[in-house]
Amino acid sequence: MRLNAILALVMLAPAAQAGEIWVTNEKDDTLSVIDTDTLEVVRTYPTGERPRGITFSHDYSRVYICASDSDAVQVMDPATGEILYNLPSGEDPEQFVLHPDDRHLYIANEDDAITTVVDVETRKVVAQIDVGVEPEGMAVSADGKIVITTSETTNMAHWIDTATNALFANTLVDSRPRHAEFTKADKELWVSSEIGGTVTVFDTATQAEIAKIVFEVKGVHPDRVQPVGFEFTPDGRTVFVALGPSNHVAVVNADTYQVEEYILVGRRVWHMAFNGDHSRLFTTNGVSGDVTVIDVAKRRAIKSIKVGRFPWGAAYRP
Amino acid sequence: MHHMAKFLATCVVMQMACFQYAWADVALTIAYLRVEQPRPPTLSNLDAVPDDIGLAGARTGLDDNITTGRFLGHGYTLTEATVAPSEDPLAGASRLLAQTPFLIVDAAADVMLAIADLPQAQGAVVFNVAAGDTALRDGDCRANLLHALPSDAMRTDALAQVLVQKRWTDLVMVTGTHPQDLAYAAAMRRSLTKFGLTLSAEKPWVFDADMRRNASQEVPLFTQGFGDYDALIVADELGDFGRYLLYNTWAARPVVGSEGLAALTWSPVIEQWGAAQLQGRFTDRHGRAMQSRDYAAWAAVRTLGEAVTRTNAVDAPSLRGYILSEAFELAGFKGRPLTYRAWNGQLRQPISLAHPRALVAQAPLEGFLHQTNELDTLGLDRPESRCKDFE
Repeated sequence: MRLNAILALVMLAPAAQAGEIWVTNEKDDTLSVIDTDTLEVVRTYPTGERPRGITFSHDYSRVYICASDSDAVQVMDPATGEILYNLPSGEDPEQFVLHPDDRHLYIANEDDAITTVVDVETRKVVAQIDVGVEPEGMAVSADGKIVITTSETTNMAHWIDTATNALFANTLVDSRPRHAEFTKADKELWVSSEIGGTVTVFDTATQAEIAKIVFEVKGVHPDRVQPVGFEFTPDGRTVFVALGPSNHVAVVNADTYQVEEYILVGRRVWHMAFNGDHSRLFTTNGVSGDVTVIDVAKRRAIKSIKVGRFPWGAAYRP
Repeated sequence: MHHMAKFLATCVVMQMACFQYAWADVALTIAYLRVEQPRPPTLSNLDAVPDDIGLAGARTGLDDNITTGRFLGHGYTLTEATVAPSEDPLAGASRLLAQTPFLIVDAAADVMLAIADLPQAQGAVVFNVAAGDTALRDGDCRANLLHALPSDAMRTDALAQVLVQKRWTDLVMVTGTHPQDLAYAAAMRRSLTKFGLTLSAEKPWVFDADMRRNASQEVPLFTQGFGDYDALIVADELGDFGRYLLYNTWAARPVVGSEGLAALTWSPVIEQWGAAQLQGRFTDRHGRAMQSRDYAAWAAVRTLGEAVTRTNAVDAPSLRGYILSEAFELAGFKGRPLTYRAWNGQLRQPISLAHPRALVAQAPLEGFLHQTNELDTLGLDRPESRCKDFE
């Protein structure tokens, strides 16, 4: 009884990691802001057309939004939801990554087969790099030396040397690569291939393939198991992989490259973000228009939160 | 050539490490032959048939191949030729086959077969992007002929799946008189049998009146005799009279088939699965919407590009072997990997059910199961096809 009372108190107390998950709604031209404690949408802000990629500046004073059909990266004040100004972005920006210097955005221009580098302080384009057809996935190494662009129709990861903004390697992956992340202190690069149905792991130093992860969801044809967004736990040991129209998220052991579990979520699961203490994972489900909250320790879905039409990107703000 | 010049210019401007992209260590020439077919007149003049239909898709596919190839030292060129109805298509095909064994053909089924049977075509890889005739995937198949365009049977099976799902099980059909209409109607009858649907009546369209003026009087009378039914199928593959049936039938029933809810290889209304990018790329370059034949030609060129990318080879046996292997897959903006049927060379692909304003469904529909690949619920499955050339 006494123990229960303490537990109740603990649960009622404001969590130390109170924060928000910001979700872009691709077909509503809005952002939904979810409170990570109450698990409710607390605010909705209008954006430019077809918002997709979303990321915060390191001090969370700015949020950058790829407004794809407005051909702009919008800069919003997260305190007010006001769009402050647009950055030049090249045409049809889909996804981007903020360099560890907090100053350079590397932007995939899906229609133009280009990666654009923008200085967020001078608001000028620093470089444009020719990449493959339909660039999408963007990653930057923790040391800031390498940026990756994946191209969906060319089926490659393009390795960009950030010192010269030139390509130094191009590595083939399976069909329609969507997302990339460096991990294990930059020793590995992971790339998901939506149509190929795989995640390829590269050795960063040699750009050689060291593993390929295949997914099998019971009762779902392999063609519909389509890995897209993924996120590592802070210890780098576990990775959660969104499997698109299979409506599942895979839990992968990052050391053994083995899938440990599949979690049923909403329809066409796309990208995801953790809350502040990484106890919960929020996945965007495009077709069902909601966000699934996963209990990371228990590895199961605990709630669906209705957001706008076709939620795409997700980012955490304390 | 234009692209190469542009590429070299880019190298200079960007000071990129151009040696990495040494032009065309591996070079593939693809030929495209268009055999013009006389078009019978239609009641309405609303539909402009683009001069570059099909070819435009091949050009966009070539752009995609070139962009990919420059990172690998792979080069691609497209040689285009058009044969007028008065000219000999076989001579045109022979000239192209003397240059390259990779030939994409836009022609009627009989010409397609004659080209595949040319001595110069033996060992070549010919892609059919225009003839939906199911026979070409059946007893009339050829080992050197791959089909990027779906068969009529794939499209009518897709439509039948929707009819089953909607429980529109009692059907009637109005059929045009052109060979394409008859072929479509035959494929439709086969699909209705395959999926356990009933065709309770069928009428040929034999009117020669101008329906723009009196469709509202003629069509109700014409369809009154059908009595009650669930949906009316129209076989009008040239777009002649079918459009005048909609909203003019005696009974208030949906029209499906060549008009209304149609089963299509491609449609401008497809935007899912990244298709918006392909549509945008195509429209920017060609100033019009992408059509089914454009898509088939795009898929043929991309098939070759994908095979070269993965094998580094440019010889016909290597590429054909890879294309027909389980390792091959093409991301074709239809939400699933596209592969080739090893028994008749048909490109497996989902089929869109659409009206002119929106996608309604995509076949295979949920619940239509198959022991190996649900896409094989569409068209001739291995046990059904009488094709022996691929064994």
